[in-house]
Amino acid sequence: MTLLAILVLAGGTYGFRACGPVLHRRIELSGQVRWMLSVAATVLLCALVATSALTAGHGFAGWARPAGVLTGGVLAARRAPFIVAVIVAVAMTAVLRLLGVH
Amino acid sequence: MFIIPAMRSFWRTAGLDRPLLRDIALVALADGVVGASFGAIAVSGGQPTWVPLAMSPTVFAGGAQFAALYIVLGGGGLAAAVIAGLVLNARLLPFGFAVADVLDLRWPAKLLGSHLVLDESVAFALAQRDPARRRAAFLACGALIFVVWNIGTLLGALAGRAVGNPDALGLDAASPMVLLAVVLPTLRDPRARRAALLGAAIAVAGTPFLPGGLPVLLALLGLAAVGRPGAGGRIRPRAEGRA
Repeated sequence: MTLLAILVLAGGTYGFRACGPVLHRRIELSGQVRWMLSVAATVLLCALVATSALTAGHGFAGWARPAGVLTGGVLAARRAPFIVAVIVAVAMTAVLRLLGVH
Repeated sequence: MFIIPAMRSFWRTAGLDRPLLRDIALVALADGVVGASFGAIAVSGGQPTWVPLAMSPTVFAGGAQFAALYIVLGGGGLAAAVIAGLVLNARLLPFGFAVADVLDLRWPAKLLGSHLVLDESVAFALAQRDPARRRAAFLACGALIFVVWNIGTLLGALAGRAVGNPDALGLDAASPMVLLAVVLPTLRDPRARRAALLGAAIAVAGTPFLPGGLPVLLALLGLAAVGRPGAGGRIRPRAEGRA
């Protein structure tokens, strides 16, 4: 990795981040567009959840990780404290791997 | 340590209560562990110590940092590493628009705050209804993760090979779990839920065939499930006629 490569990656990433906040006052977005943008953010976050729970590289991540995430997700949906849901998800994944489930 | 009670009262007046702060701290802690594994993997893979230490504060996006690092460690070119990282981070563009109202601040604060646009900070902001709470949750989450991510990277880079495999501890389940728990309240809206489910299915189906980052962007096709425009625009009404 060179400093130039890091700076190009960092600069481009910052550009993606700053576009919305910088252009906020310049372009008037309708309530409809603003609503769609927040739904788009939700859609992207859920896609991240699904791909990072189920896949590693181009393949299946194995059963342990999705089993942990699913269990934690059910707990969170039933209004269990956030910390409990996360700890259960992590512990379940670790225990399944310990038992040889990958 | 007088600064800690002072900060606590600042965040409380900003609308952040203890449970929300605790949730944010937990997310940051999990990210700190991931940051440590990033630093350790970079250094044990043969990169000089300054590489992870330069990447974490400037790029400040876990997925892109790992992708670029793995491509370089695997012998791929620098251009491929940069492009892969940028494709992964393209999702930050719509995220920036989604939280633009939160960053409607004076210029220096707006430019600094833009650097805190992350999966986690956006998810926490979207989960809050009250505008003051949205801003406080976004800034607290982004700033805390920035600090913890960089401390984690530093510790990992110093520890090098000593940090074991985080997968054995199940820590790879923490990041999807955290995002899922934070995004759940926004899924109560049936139209958002339909779009999110379709998008997630598209992303997973595309993962075997597409380069990293693209499947998640392709999930935006799920927005088609929202249906005809016009019916849902009144959920978050906004005063019209401003100059």
